[in-house]
Amino acid sequence: MSAHLPRIVDTFAEAFAMWGTRAIITAETPAWATAAARSMTGFATSVIGCKCEAGIERELLEEETPDRRPGISVLLFSTSMDSVGKRLIERIGQCVLTCPTTACYNGLASDQSVVVGGMLRYFGDGWQISKLLNNRRLWRIPVMDGEFVVDESFGVQRAVGGGNLLLLGTDGATTLKAAQAAVAAMRSVPGVILPFPDGVVRSGSKPGSRYKALMASTNDAYCPTLQGCIDQSSLTPEVRCVLEIVIDGLDLAAVETAMRVGMEAASPCGLLQISAGNYGGNLGQYKIALHGLTPTLAATA
Amino acid sequence: MSLTLTLHSAPQVPLEVDGLLPEAVEGKDAAQVAALPLMHGNEKVMVGDFFAARGKGNGELRLEGDLSRVKLIGAGMSRGKITIEGNAGLHLGAGMLGGEILVNGDAGDWVGPEMVGGRISVRGNAGHMVGSVHRGGSVGMRGGEIIVHGSVGNETGNGMRNGLIAVGRDSGDFTGVSMNAGTIIVLGRLGWRSGAGMKRGSIISLQEAELLPTFSYACSYRPIFLRLYLLYLRELGLTVEDAGIGGVYRRYSGDSVELNRGEILLLNR
Repeated sequence: MSAHLPRIVDTFAEAFAMWGTRAIITAETPAWATAAARSMTGFATSVIGCKCEAGIERELLEEETPDRRPGISVLLFSTSMDSVGKRLIERIGQCVLTCPTTACYNGLASDQSVVVGGMLRYFGDGWQISKLLNNRRLWRIPVMDGEFVVDESFGVQRAVGGGNLLLLGTDGATTLKAAQAAVAAMRSVPGVILPFPDGVVRSGSKPGSRYKALMASTNDAYCPTLQGCIDQSSLTPEVRCVLEIVIDGLDLAAVETAMRVGMEAASPCGLLQISAGNYGGNLGQYKIALHGLTPTLAATA
Repeated sequence: MSLTLTLHSAPQVPLEVDGLLPEAVEGKDAAQVAALPLMHGNEKVMVGDFFAARGKGNGELRLEGDLSRVKLIGAGMSRGKITIEGNAGLHLGAGMLGGEILVNGDAGDWVGPEMVGGRISVRGNAGHMVGSVHRGGSVGMRGGEIIVHGSVGNETGNGMRNGLIAVGRDSGDFTGVSMNAGTIIVLGRLGWRSGAGMKRGSIISLQEAELLPTFSYACSYRPIFLRLYLLYLRELGLTVEDAGIGGVYRRYSGDSVELNRGEILLLNR
């Protein structure tokens, strides 16, 4: 049995302190809520290039949303509380306010918050209406299909970004299948998102570049095509494909749970190794050891 | 155990109990509370002259008996809870800042005049001037919630600037008169001339109503914010039909003799 399981590399994922928030988008139908959520979480794969990382946490049943309409829960992360606020204003303003029938609510109870609806209200050009319900201020902004309702403030909290798994396989198809299995399992974990396209990233990066203008460049140690060119490849000759899954979570426990669930789901899929990306422990505030997450799997494989 | 005051002698003229607040009796035992001063008409009396006290003040005050002639219950209170097992008299929660008052009975006129915060819940009916401005003033209720499960009289929310007034059944005439802002929801019928002179704010009814000619029809739509309000009222124990929560409402703007920035929403039936 153990011969079919991947080797769990004795390493750690290096994760970073971030700030996170949760937005609840509702609409008349699940399709419109999803349309707004997809738009809001588009181009939000990495803070390096997108100023934030965002994704759909899960679909919400009508009974789970503030207005009892179909909804989507979105998580958004950035490097500071101020940046989270700015990104929310940009993305709710451009992607949710614009989407037919939607409303957008704060989904995170926290002592700290950023003003969002309180800025978006100016789109109402003086016709906006404030409502205070149970100590919660809402804004009604007139739009062409009625009104857009948005919370004045959204809760923010310290969060964890950049948890990750590296899946190493003998070929692309097998590795992709394992990645998809991991993603499907990890999406069931509350409080996390996988910000890359359908949760998977092929262009893992290392900090810095030989070109001064770049903050990051390709993770050459994990590129199969460079095995003969570079001095310190992390790959063995039989590895032909490496895919990464990046995890952002509202807290460390959620990220760890998602990584464990992902490893367990990917393990039976024919991978050679499961590893994780780090920078020698010199950059991130969190080190998540793979063997610590799945001691049984690590011992078996 | 909370402090309980049971009325043993019905007042012949109004008994004023302003100052008898949860925060004022906190830590006091029954004997200490019984010695506190009250006004019975123009006569100084003690709490013990009218109430039998038991327990100790711990932030919650219970009043038992027909308190229809007991005025100013909870006036100016800022925290804690007052529960009234029976009817309450005039000026209940006047100028209230915070905390909660629950009346398991009816309340007289002037419930929560010029209230600032907290919540007043009346399980029965309430009289005129709920959440209103005092005569001669310009600004009525400025915050908080008044929830009346039954019906209310005239001039509910007169001069209201903020907060929520919800009525489980019908409201009298001039509901929301001279309203500056805030929200009044009447699950039953609105009286005549609702919203007269209103500048801003929302008056909502789940029944048909005859409106002043100074209100103009804007459109029919499903107001999302109203779902939040009605679901909240349902949580508070009011009976809100599903048709009201997801329904189409006719929006009327008014009062055009003022700013014309107020609204009356009437459920399409």
